[in-house]
Amino acid sequence: MRPADANIVDAAIPMMPQDGGGVEHGSVARLARFFDRHPRLRLASFLCGPGAWLIVAYLGSLVLMLLTSLYGLNDFTGKVDRSRTTLENYRQVFSSNGPYLAKIVRTIGIAAAVTVIDIVMALPLAFFIAKVLSHRWRRFGIVAVLMPLWASYIVKGYAWRTLLDPAGGVFRKTFHVSPGFGQTGLIMLLAYLWLPYMVLPIVAGLERLPDSLLAASADLGGRNTRTLRSIVLPLLVPAIAAGSIFTFSLSLGDYIAVGLVGGTTSVIGSVVNSNISTNLPFAAAMAAASIVVVGAYLTGARRLGAFDNL
Amino acid sequence: MTLTTRAKLLLATLSGLVLIVLYGPLLVIAVQSLNSSAAGAWPPTGLTFKWWTKAWGNGGWTDALRYSLLVALVATVVALALGTLASFAVYRFKFFGRNVISFLIVLPIALPGIVTGIALHSAFDRLDISLGFLTIVVGHATFCIVVVYNNVIARLRRSSPNIEEASADLGANPFQTFAHITFPALRTAMLAGAMLAFALSFDEVVVTTFTSGARQTLPRWILDNVFRGKQITVVNVVATAVVLLSIIPVWVVQRLTDGGSAGR
Repeated sequence: MRPADANIVDAAIPMMPQDGGGVEHGSVARLARFFDRHPRLRLASFLCGPGAWLIVAYLGSLVLMLLTSLYGLNDFTGKVDRSRTTLENYRQVFSSNGPYLAKIVRTIGIAAAVTVIDIVMALPLAFFIAKVLSHRWRRFGIVAVLMPLWASYIVKGYAWRTLLDPAGGVFRKTFHVSPGFGQTGLIMLLAYLWLPYMVLPIVAGLERLPDSLLAASADLGGRNTRTLRSIVLPLLVPAIAAGSIFTFSLSLGDYIAVGLVGGTTSVIGSVVNSNISTNLPFAAAMAAASIVVVGAYLTGARRLGAFDNL
Repeated sequence: MTLTTRAKLLLATLSGLVLIVLYGPLLVIAVQSLNSSAAGAWPPTGLTFKWWTKAWGNGGWTDALRYSLLVALVATVVALALGTLASFAVYRFKFFGRNVISFLIVLPIALPGIVTGIALHSAFDRLDISLGFLTIVVGHATFCIVVVYNNVIARLRRSSPNIEEASADLGANPFQTFAHITFPALRTAMLAGAMLAFALSFDEVVVTTFTSGARQTLPRWILDNVFRGKQITVVNVVATAVVLLSIIPVWVVQRLTDGGSAGR
């Protein structure tokens, strides 16, 4: 038992004499007994606040957004026309000869590239933290990964802007090469931003992996590469899938990083952002398209056991 | 598998490289805030503290900071209340729609931020609610609920229900049990969740863009100045300070959530 729990019990004891163990009187006690007899009401008192918020404010907003995506614009005023519904926005988004389907595919490609880069970078670091460092140092390792995660998103984006700047950026001045502002730079920044989200689940997954399994593999003559390939990686699939939910989904919805280092790259997020004040229904349809992509990804990740590793 | 010294060394080197990648960009901004070149020339031309003294009380960031702190504070209070209540409901009761609620709590961070942003934006637009303080707080609280919820429900799962039953057996009514047993056990988890929620809100910029009015939060102020290339020396100082400040909660939270159970 944690020492804190011991204090709690001590603190509770002095109350007992005043209640005397008999039936209490007073409005507080009556209310307490009332709730005790009506578990449904007790549940309702816990649930009504968060339930109302999530269902009315959040789910309601999502439904309104989907509804908005079915409207068009009035030809004369340019305002949202709510008198009739149409699938025209979706036809535009998914039209094979329009620009938007290509942008969706490009965004998926960027998100996939970011995910792969993060897996490759996260594996050695996570392995080092979970299996090489001693228990005491492991906590420092985890904090070392956590701290950049909580450091301001916008500052990290700005930092990469100063690194990548094709004119006088740090990369150009130090290494004499720089990818500049564009898709490559964007992938680098996104991979950088979401890397901790990949490292932490893999560390947790490795900590759950018993050392005896690794020893058994060695005893049976498995060399390190074979053990990694046949034992470690297959058992890490759920953890990697869990991390990839973040790297993929966050990359898919980003548009600020695109603005900072993406140059002329146009992705789902930038289309939504540029349409929000001029054509809200179309922006909503584009956002709905990203829900479809993320939904499909989440379904796949769930099959791989990602949800037990979040 | 037994790791040879060479394998360990290789892993250590690779890990070191990844850590350099993680911290390097942040260090560059810190260095730039001390760079004597006003244009941020690289390599730095010399060491100076004049941008730090100049930025103090200068450049409009103080108003943005005040606004960000206020938004984060109110959003955290809302998220703390809703997240704690939700974790109790989900942990203590079995009810129809329980999975829906736990799914809805996670959804705002599982879906891309831009979806949450535009969903709230279309709702406010439809209901003719003008964008401002209230709408930002609604947006931030919505995605902050999950961090409070996760922290509190993790603590509930670890704590034993026996002491609550013991409290009831000894004659305490549910309110007394909550005040003297349940709440003290949850206090640090709630504080940890609240600090993370505060940090999340303070830092957020995607949902904020779609739900804020004319007054800027601090991240919006930084973004705006970066895009316009204005007062970059002040931006470097503010950015460095923000990073240093946002790291503090991580340390505190680590202590709060791990300190008691780590066995040391």
